[in-house]
Amino acid sequence: MDQEKQKTTDGSPAGRDRRRRRPRPPRSEPRIFTKYAPRKLQDGQQLTCTNDTSLNAEQMLELYRYLKLTRLVEERLVNLYRQTKVVGGVFRSLGQEATAVGSAYALQPRDFITPLIRDLGAVLVKGIRPREIFAQYMAKAWGPSGGHDLNIHFGDMAKGFIGPISHLGDMIPVMTGVLLAARMQKKPTVAIAYIGDGGMSTGAFHEGLNFAAVQRLPLIVVAEYNHYAYSTPTSLQTAVKDLAEKAAGYGIPAHIVDGNDVIACFEVTKRAAEFARRGGGAVLIEAKTYRRKGHAEHDDQRYVPSAEIEWWETHNDPVDRYERFLTESGVADKAKLEEITADVVREIEEDCAWAESSPMPDPEQAAYRVFDNSIVEPAFRPEILKS
Amino acid sequence: MSTALKKEHKSARPERGGVVTLVEAIRQGLWEEMERDPTVFVIGEDVGAYGGAFKVTDGLIDEFGNGRVIDTPISEGAIVGAACGAALMGMRPVAEFQFIDFISAGFDLLTNYAAKCRYRWGAGIPAVFRGPCGSGLRTGPFHSLNPESFFLNTAGLKMVEPSTAYDAKGLIKAAIRDPDPVLFFEHKKLYRLPRLREEIPADDYIVEIGKARTAREGRDLTIITFGAMVLIALDAAEELEKEGLDVEVIDLRTLAPLDKAAILASVKKTSRALVLHEASRTGGIGGEIAAMIGEEAFEWLDAPVLRLASIDTPVPYSPPLEDYYLPQTKDVVDAARKLAAF
Repeated sequence: MDQEKQKTTDGSPAGRDRRRRRPRPPRSEPRIFTKYAPRKLQDGQQLTCTNDTSLNAEQMLELYRYLKLTRLVEERLVNLYRQTKVVGGVFRSLGQEATAVGSAYALQPRDFITPLIRDLGAVLVKGIRPREIFAQYMAKAWGPSGGHDLNIHFGDMAKGFIGPISHLGDMIPVMTGVLLAARMQKKPTVAIAYIGDGGMSTGAFHEGLNFAAVQRLPLIVVAEYNHYAYSTPTSLQTAVKDLAEKAAGYGIPAHIVDGNDVIACFEVTKRAAEFARRGGGAVLIEAKTYRRKGHAEHDDQRYVPSAEIEWWETHNDPVDRYERFLTESGVADKAKLEEITADVVREIEEDCAWAESSPMPDPEQAAYRVFDNSIVEPAFRPEILKS
Repeated sequence: MSTALKKEHKSARPERGGVVTLVEAIRQGLWEEMERDPTVFVIGEDVGAYGGAFKVTDGLIDEFGNGRVIDTPISEGAIVGAACGAALMGMRPVAEFQFIDFISAGFDLLTNYAAKCRYRWGAGIPAVFRGPCGSGLRTGPFHSLNPESFFLNTAGLKMVEPSTAYDAKGLIKAAIRDPDPVLFFEHKKLYRLPRLREEIPADDYIVEIGKARTAREGRDLTIITFGAMVLIALDAAEELEKEGLDVEVIDLRTLAPLDKAAILASVKKTSRALVLHEASRTGGIGGEIAAMIGEEAFEWLDAPVLRLASIDTPVPYSPPLEDYYLPQTKDVVDAARKLAAF
C-alpha cells in the first residue's frame, strides 16, 4: 500500500498496517436507521404490520406458524409448571415473540444464533423441536442436555443454535469467536446474538461487541428493549434513551425496529445480514418491545405501574397485530389461521407426550461428561461412600 | 540504513529439538502444532508483531499470518469468549494471557462457559489458555500470581505447569491436542533459566496430561510440588542428602486432574509427605493433596502431612518482603528435617 496516500485523521502518515485484510467500505449514513421504527398510534387506529416487505404469502404464513408455535409452547410450559412437571422456572416471551421470530427468520440455515431466555421463537425458527424444549424443562433423560442443564441452555451446532448461559453478555464474545472461526474456515456465516436492555450493562457485552467491531465480524446484535430486567426498569439500567445510541461507541451502524411487528423485524434483520455478509461488519438492532409477564412465572410484577401491561395487551400484541395484517391484506382468512393454529396444537400435543414419556436420567449420569470420558474417568462418588 | 527504511524485525523459525530453554521449548511446540494442524491458532494481547510480552509467540505472525495470529483489544473476556466460540466450530485456539494474573478478567467465561460446556450439552472446548505465572521476580501484587486454586474447585478445567523444557514442549502439544480446555501455566522465572537448558528430541513427542513425574528418587521422604518449586525441592534434597536423608521429589506437572496414583505410590514408599507450593497456604492445592493422602494412605504414614507454601498475603514487591512471603530452600530443608524426625 502506498504510504503517501494513506493519511490518518490527525494528518500523520499511516504506518504499514499488516493487519488490514481488505479495504473497508465507506461508512453508511445515517448511523441509526429508523425506517422500521415504531410509529405513534393515532386515535382510534389499530396497529398492524408494515407492508413494505419482500416476503411472499407462503413465507408470511410460515412466520405466523412460528409466532403461534412460540406462544403456545410457552403456554403449555406454564401448564406443565403448574402441574409441577417443570423442575425449574418458566420464562415467558409473551408480547415480544415477534422480535425473536422475525429476526431469526431472516437468516440462512447455515447462520448461527445465540438467544436469550426470551427468544424461544428464534430457537424454534432454527429448527429445534418443541419436544426438545419440553424434555429440557422437565429435566428428562431424553432432553438434549440429558438433565445436565435446563430450558434452552443447550446447543445444536448442525442447526446453527448455541444456547445461552445464565450470565448475560457472555454469549457476545462466544459468538464473536464462532464468526472468527467461520472466517478462518472461509464460510460465509453471519450470526445473531440476542441481548436485552439489562444484558447490555455487562462487561462481557462490551468486550465481545468491541472485539467483533474491531475485527469487522458479521455479528448482528439484536437488543430487545423490553422495559424490564427482572424488576429493574431500563431507566435504571442505562442513561441512553435508545439502546441504538450505544452502537456509535463501537463504530457500527444501528437500526431501531418496532419489535412487535414481525415483518419489520424480518426486514431490518435481512438488511443487517446482507450488510454483515458483504463485509460491513457488526450491526446493532434495537427492537422496541414489552415484556408482559414477570421475569419468571413466580414473579408477581408488583413493580409494574397499573394499566401498563393491559395497554400493551390490548393495543400492541404482536400476534393480534400480525393476524390483523394477514386478514386485512388478504393473505389469509380467519379459517386459514385457525387451520395453522390447529396444526401447531397437534405438534405440541405430540411432542409434549413424547417428552412426558421420557424417563428421568439415571442418577449416575451426574458423574459423566465433565471431560471426555475416554481420557478422564467419570467423577463418580468416592469409594468410601460405596462400602 | 535510515530508520525509516530499516527492515522490520523478523524472527526465524525455531529449530526442531536441540538445546533449548523452557520458553524456546514452548515456542517450538506451538510452532510445530500450527504447522501440523491448520485449526490451531493464537489469540491474545500483543501476540502478533510484538511476539508476546515474553516472546513465546515470536515470529508466528510472519509465518502464519494475521488470520491465525490474532491481536486483540485489552479484553480478557473477549479473548476467552472468542476462544470458546472458535473451539465450538472445530478450531483449536491457543489463548494467551499476557500475565496469568489477568486470568481473573476472563474468570467468568472460563469457569461458566469453557468449563461447563461439555457437561451441559456435550460440546467440548478444545482450547488452551496459557500465560506466565509465578512469583520470585519482584513483580508485585499484579504480575506474580499462581492461580491454580481459583480453578481447582471448578470441574471441567485441566491445569498444567511444566518445570522442564522437555515437559514444556510435550505438555503444550498435548494441551493443544486435548479435547477439553487446558489452563497452561508457565512459570516466568523458568522461561530463560540457564539451569533448565536441555537437549530435547527433534521428533514429535507429547507428555501425557494427568501424569506426574519423579524428579528425584528417594526412600525417606516425599516432596510433592510443581513449577519453580521443583528446583527449590531438588536443591533442598541435595542438602539433605549430606545429612543422610534420601528425599523423593514428585513434580506434579498436571494440577487437574491430579495424578493420585503417583502421589500415593510415592507416599506409601516413603511414609512421609511434604507438599510444597508457591501460592498462599490457605485454600491452596496443598490442602487438597494433604487431605487426599490422609484419606487414602493414612495407615502408611509415619508423620503428619506437612504443607509448605507462601504466607496468606498478596505477593509483595520489595525483595526482603517477597523472600519472606515465599518458601525458601532453607525452609524446605527445615521442614523436611522436622518431618524425618517425627
